[in-house]
Amino acid sequence: MAELHIVVCVKIVPKPEEILVDPETHLLQRVDTRSEINPPDMNAMEMALSLKDRYGGRISLLSMGPTYFEPNLRVALAMGADHIYLLSDPQFAGADTLATTYTLAEGVRKIGGVDLILCGEESSDGATGQVPPGLAEWLGSSQLTLLTEVSIDQDKRLARGRREIKGGYEVLEVPLPCVISVKTACNEPRFMDFSLRSWAEERDRITIWDADSLATEPDHIGLPGSPTVVTGLAEAPYRDRRREFLTGTQDEIAQELAEILKRSL
Amino acid sequence: MVASLYGAAQESKSIWVYLEVDRGGLTGVSKELITKGRQICDQLGWQLSGLLLGHHLQPFAAEGFAHGIDTLWLADDPRLENFTIEAYTTVAYDALMEVKPSVLLMGATPNSRDLAGRLAVRLRTGLNADCTDLYLDPETERLVCEVSGFGGGVLAFIEMAEHRPQMATVRPGVFTPGEVDRDRVGVIIEIEVNLDPEILTTNLVERSVGEQVDLTSVPVLVTGGRGVDGDFKMLAQLAELLGGEIGATRPPVDEGHIERERQIGQTGVVCSPKVAICCGISGAFHFVVGIEKADVVVAINSDPEALIFDYADYCIVGDVHQIVPALIEALTVEREVILG
Ligand SMILES: Cc1cc2nc3c(=O)[nH]c(=O)nc-3n(C[C@H](O)[C@H](O)[C@H](O)COP(=O)(O)OP(=O)(O)OC[C@H]3O[C@@H](n4cnc5c(N)ncnc54)[C@H](O)[C@@H]3O)c2cc1C
Ligand SMILES: Nc1ncnc2c1ncn2[C@@H]1O[C@H](COP(=O)(O)O)[C@@H](O)[C@H]1O
Repeated sequence: MAELHIVVCVKIVPKPEEILVDPETHLLQRVDTRSEINPPDMNAMEMALSLKDRYGGRISLLSMGPTYFEPNLRVALAMGADHIYLLSDPQFAGADTLATTYTLAEGVRKIGGVDLILCGEESSDGATGQVPPGLAEWLGSSQLTLLTEVSIDQDKRLARGRREIKGGYEVLEVPLPCVISVKTACNEPRFMDFSLRSWAEERDRITIWDADSLATEPDHIGLPGSPTVVTGLAEAPYRDRRREFLTGTQDEIAQELAEILKRSL
Repeated sequence: MVASLYGAAQESKSIWVYLEVDRGGLTGVSKELITKGRQICDQLGWQLSGLLLGHHLQPFAAEGFAHGIDTLWLADDPRLENFTIEAYTTVAYDALMEVKPSVLLMGATPNSRDLAGRLAVRLRTGLNADCTDLYLDPETERLVCEVSGFGGGVLAFIEMAEHRPQMATVRPGVFTPGEVDRDRVGVIIEIEVNLDPEILTTNLVERSVGEQVDLTSVPVLVTGGRGVDGDFKMLAQLAELLGGEIGATRPPVDEGHIERERQIGQTGVVCSPKVAICCGISGAFHFVVGIEKADVVVAINSDPEALIFDYADYCIVGDVHQIVPALIEALTVEREVILG
């Protein structure tokens, strides 16, 4: 029986506090280029690591983005993964969901022999959760989303997952290979293993593929491969509230608030 | 550029709304999308169609017409009884390819998001997720999707020139459902269901659902953040006195103090209560979008600099563990006076 091979899709995103919107021009100001691993992807990492603890096998990290993401990815590697694949090419820039999922799918194909592809629930800068199903479609694989738990039957080549749904849960079983999105905060991501730190810094730990080495169709990637176009930007309508501070003793405040609530209902 | 399977030149001028059924009725967001679709279609003289997949669907068809659907594309089949991604994607794809509508709108619920993500790739078209508003430009006849960008201060408008259908998902609560006309009738067209058993690989092993709440339209919403320290009993008492429900920011949900379906905000529920009371909440954009539609916002926070006060009508600087009990007391006394 072949060993289990898990790919974890990791997106590197700007830290939320690094993004500021200029109050005058409403343009984005990137204070710094400090980035972090998309927090939901840490839950995917943890799920992959616990599967590896349980069944053995190996974990490949897959990310699409510029090469300066490398240090962030090496941190994830030192949590206990085996190799990094970074899809990096200026031609990949500006990709929407269609182009992103296509490119990631080509990455998975080139890695080869993959049983499970784990993603985070959503990316903190995009927050759409559309990448996992799109990726599954390009790969023609099964999919399980919003999982809080997963187990694998290696003989039957099945994945069984517990999925959160409105007001409860369901348990689903699908054949491998399978794309999974992991419910945010469903587990406690482990710290990086400091003993792996220098190993994770070694040159051979990372493979960088550009558009040529992936042999992607030029019209499928980046901006040209993205059907959606941003045609305008505007300031979000700001609903001006009264911003009236209630003052006095605690009982006076409570009394006044009770009056306000009565009036407002 | 990668071409979609059909383009603007082949489209039939219509809006399709994917209708999702959840325990005995169309979901709220399905009805909200019908109302929005109806408004756009009335302006342009377009057809509004519903796409309804499942089993034993007759009652839901009537509900779709009553809310404003003209034509209902219906696939009623035992193999569609439970949502499975392969079966639903295949049947929806076949129906879309037959009619080639300009626009396909879906709710941003877990199953519909999964379906939208798959369908968009199968059709090689774009998908605008989590839209905060939709317009149809009467000149270009293009759908303009409004999405909120980084930090929420910026709105981006996104369009597609050639790719069809123009797909968008919208979160529950963004639009308001319109009037219901039980006498309205429409046309039902049955979709032929062609499913190769080989592709039906998802096996539902178990499902358990309990009671659920719909927070989108409660009159009073009492929300707690990390600052309430998990004491949602106190908030529930306040909510009960005011005839409302409790909700929460993400941290208390993640910490297990309250059910996830009560999370308010960008990845939770968008509510439009008469009054929203925010207790121990800092006012992150991700949360604030969920209460922006409230008529009146009250905020209680011990930090006078808290961002939440910028989004509140009535601001109280203080400890929730003192203010809320005092408020409960004041309301209880009042009620006793009224009830005599
Ligand atoms: C992609 C993405 C999606 C997200 N979606 C959502 C979402 O849908 N909904 C959501 O809520 N969040 C969401 N978040 C998280 C969000 O960014 C904030 O982290 C979260 O809303 C903060 O919750 P909070 O205000 O309860 O906690 P905190 O920010 O920790 O604030 C706690 C507040 O309580 C006050 N406080 C403490 N003690 C007391 C006391 N005794 N009395 C009074 N006040 C007190 C403090 O002054 C502080 O202001 C999302 C984040 C990401 C990245
Ligand atoms: N550029 C990327 N590189 C690697 N993984 C990604 C990328 N974009 C999205 N993902 C994965 O897809 C998940 C959902 O992202 P999204 O659909 O953008 O909300 C993320 O949590 C990641 O696991």
